[in-house]
Amino acid sequence: MTDTTQSRTTASTLARLLDSDIAWNFRHSWTARISSVLILILFAAALFAPMLATQNPYDISQLLLLDSELPPAWVEGGDPRYLLGTDEQARDVYSSILYGLRLSLIVGFASVALAAVVGISLGLLGGFVGGMVDGAIMRVADILLSFPAILVALLVNGIARGVLPPDRHADAAIWVLILAIGLTNWVQYARTVRGSTMVERQKEYVQAARINGVSGMGIMMNHILPNVLGPVLVIATINLGMAVLTEATLSFLGVGMPATQPSLGTLIRIGNEYLFSGIWWVVIFPSVVLVALVLAVNLLGDWLRDALNPKLR
Amino acid sequence: MALLSVENLTVAFPGRRGSVNAIEDVSLSISPGEILGMVGESGAGKSMTGAAIIGLIEPPGRIVKGGILLEGQRIDTLRPEEMRRIRGRRIGAIFQDPLTSLNPVLTVGEQLIETIQTHLRLSKAEARERAIDWLRRVGIPAPEARIDTYPHQYSGGMRQRVVIALALCAEPRLVIADEPTTALDVSVQAQIIALLRKLARETGVAVILVTHDMGVIAETADRVAVMYAGRIVEVGPVAEVLTAPRHPYTRGLMASIPRIGARPDVLPQIEGAMPRPDARPGGCAFAPRCPHRMDICGHTRPDLNGGATLSVACHLTEEVPA
Amino acid sequence: MRDPILTVSGLKKSFDLSQPFVTRLMKGGERRYVHAVDGVDFSIERGTTLSLVGESGCGKSTVAKLLMGLTRPTGGSIRFDGHELAGIRAGQPSVVRRRMQMIFQDPYASLNPRWRVARIIGEPMKSFATHPDPVARRKEVDRLLEFVGLSAADGEKFPHEFSGGQRQRISIARAISTKPEFLVCDEPTSALDVSVQAQILNLMRELQKELGLTYLFISHDLAVVNYISDQIGVMYLGRLVELASAERIFSTPQHPYTRLLLETVPDITMAHRDMDRPAGEVPNPITPPPGCHFNPRCPLVNDRCRAEAPAFRVHGDAQVRCHAVQEGRSDPKKLRKVG
Repeated sequence: MTDTTQSRTTASTLARLLDSDIAWNFRHSWTARISSVLILILFAAALFAPMLATQNPYDISQLLLLDSELPPAWVEGGDPRYLLGTDEQARDVYSSILYGLRLSLIVGFASVALAAVVGISLGLLGGFVGGMVDGAIMRVADILLSFPAILVALLVNGIARGVLPPDRHADAAIWVLILAIGLTNWVQYARTVRGSTMVERQKEYVQAARINGVSGMGIMMNHILPNVLGPVLVIATINLGMAVLTEATLSFLGVGMPATQPSLGTLIRIGNEYLFSGIWWVVIFPSVVLVALVLAVNLLGDWLRDALNPKLR
Repeated sequence: MALLSVENLTVAFPGRRGSVNAIEDVSLSISPGEILGMVGESGAGKSMTGAAIIGLIEPPGRIVKGGILLEGQRIDTLRPEEMRRIRGRRIGAIFQDPLTSLNPVLTVGEQLIETIQTHLRLSKAEARERAIDWLRRVGIPAPEARIDTYPHQYSGGMRQRVVIALALCAEPRLVIADEPTTALDVSVQAQIIALLRKLARETGVAVILVTHDMGVIAETADRVAVMYAGRIVEVGPVAEVLTAPRHPYTRGLMASIPRIGARPDVLPQIEGAMPRPDARPGGCAFAPRCPHRMDICGHTRPDLNGGATLSVACHLTEEVPA
Repeated sequence: MRDPILTVSGLKKSFDLSQPFVTRLMKGGERRYVHAVDGVDFSIERGTTLSLVGESGCGKSTVAKLLMGLTRPTGGSIRFDGHELAGIRAGQPSVVRRRMQMIFQDPYASLNPRWRVARIIGEPMKSFATHPDPVARRKEVDRLLEFVGLSAADGEKFPHEFSGGQRQRISIARAISTKPEFLVCDEPTSALDVSVQAQILNLMRELQKELGLTYLFISHDLAVVNYISDQIGVMYLGRLVELASAERIFSTPQHPYTRLLLETVPDITMAHRDMDRPAGEVPNPITPPPGCHFNPRCPLVNDRCRAEAPAFRVHGDAQVRCHAVQEGRSDPKKLRKVG
């Protein structure tokens, strides 16, 4: 294909997207617009954290112990250099939140990606091949579902800690979290994709592909996969909120990110310890950001589910 | 006086590119005991007309023009709960799929008795008698025994007979039958058609029979209304419309149906396809496919007019009075 | 027959409907099978059309799937131009499979909604490597689009941008892209509106003439079958009950079931016949009646019909599976009186 036809195709795809029902629906939904603006702000804050932050909270040399436990700037005794106050180690809460948000989102996205890849592959395989393969995959999924997600995550975490040498714990923490959260969440994707695959497999376009000698792999990847991805997008969105929350919970319980590299959950844990001495700002601000993030992501996911479901429109 | 008359009915669906008319200016009337066939391609508006009459237009669609009169009473402006009382009691409905029209967890008898008691002042025992009687009338063998069985214990054809009994047991004056034979096999279809005719004759109920199958219309209906792109293009007695159609669409349609006993080399065909509701041309909607297209057809929409029995919406028949 | 391209003999397919083994062991159920296709024989001469008609559950669509290798036969043989196909599955790009293609019933489900039309039509040419070069393939796709009455620019569009009739044209273009000799058409017009049906039927006849195609046409609509076929096979509960030329079937139907079918077709020329007679319905295929499957609905039934399944025998210039016809007790006049 020549360049011009290629660019024409891209342009028409873009035009189609802007003209689609989803785009129209988006422009007419307040929830979708507000939550996506909020998400964009939070994503931008996380992405540009090093530029937006006033200090690097991981760099101990930048911390001035004299400035510890200062209240937010607008409260009496506050310091204009520390907008949201400082914690007991004199870390700027505002900067910690930016860096923490960054870590929370990295863990969230990576674990969702892991869960989606594992879940989609297994669901597609089970739904398409059927029989013993399908049975085995779905039994594993059933067993996994009968444990609370947090328990599975704790288990993975515990195993990882047992296997790794103690001096590697801090570095490995983020990977352990991604693995733990990702492995607890793939079942949802697998079940959804399996169901849709079993429906698509019966359709005549798949029979036509079989008649025309397309291999099983080719049918799964080129024919069925594009047609089962719609619901996956919805699950992935809602799952992102869940993953961020699970990460926060694990970190709050002390099995997540270490205090030297605090995520939002770690910040809340640290702040919680000082709450009774009246230092409310260390726990309140990270909590507000966490709630805002999860709420916005969930609202967007709910909207997406309704928008993609023609029956509800 | 007509039992039901529909006048200039227009149903619109607001969409993202403005409002789209599913049906436009549909007028028709039906007398007691008459079977009126509504025929057309998918999307022509025949089912929408039926749904409008029983007050079951899916939102956001709504009637934006015209009205529906049942025995002289305006029914399109009634509140939902008033319309619910009319449905079943005065207008019955038979749908395409007998399986989804019946409640699978109730016995056939329970469903019939409930419907009878909702609309008629009868005791439980009397209602049961009535229900058995109806099952017998629609041709269910051994109705005394079968009344206490569940819908899944019936075959497809028997199930559709039960649906017909359910639609008629409250003794409505009008029944809307939307593709009642489409889901059935040919040999069963013939039985259901004959049953509908027999019941219309016996009970004096009027039937609006919505179908895409000209054969079913020919076998069943007294009059037929042919719909195209949301409008009635021709309406008249079945024998006349089917043997000597006036509208070019009806003519093309009748010619394109393969017939037993004739094996032409090429079937006469209408070129192109019916426009979607949001892309109907100005003027006559059939003009782009019409072999007799004139200049006027491109910009002026023909009205439905004609004699006492037969009406056609076409500029051709306007100029040459039939 | 002079030059049959396809010969099917003793073709059988049964599906296992039994409960899982453990459930059977505990509740004591028996193994249950449904014989969807129960010994079917026919052959099709090159360049002609054989139609299979019958009501739902008669097995006609299963025959189509068996021929295309979408499901494996339980028994019997399928010979295509001298090659035995009963063991070859679909999906093996063998030379023989390229020569057989299929057109499906539902124009909305038979085209991948996420693919552009050019890719859909090009897929068989790519996978059977008849046009491995993308540029040459695209050229061929454009030619095919115009051949079936669409335009080359339509290749860039998605299926949802087309009407049902246009989609069926796309489906036909895909089917003829590998230059097949034999097409299985499974109710190709039953999802279409009447005015569009004529377009597709005419296109199919034109293609047959121009490309010398052989058709196996599956339908429940006798009028359509009458227009398109040379030979007609009538199926009932997995068995062929009558096989004859189209003229013969419509002028002098022999099997009581064929007669019932012909009588009950709603016809625009025969208004207001009264047909509310107890003609019954197709029984559950899991538990078909013993003997001749049609015996509970047959006006000519006797004890032999209830006990012994009739054989598929040549009778005149037709093949019929009926004791009454073979014994000469199927007087048409008497039949009508009973009906």
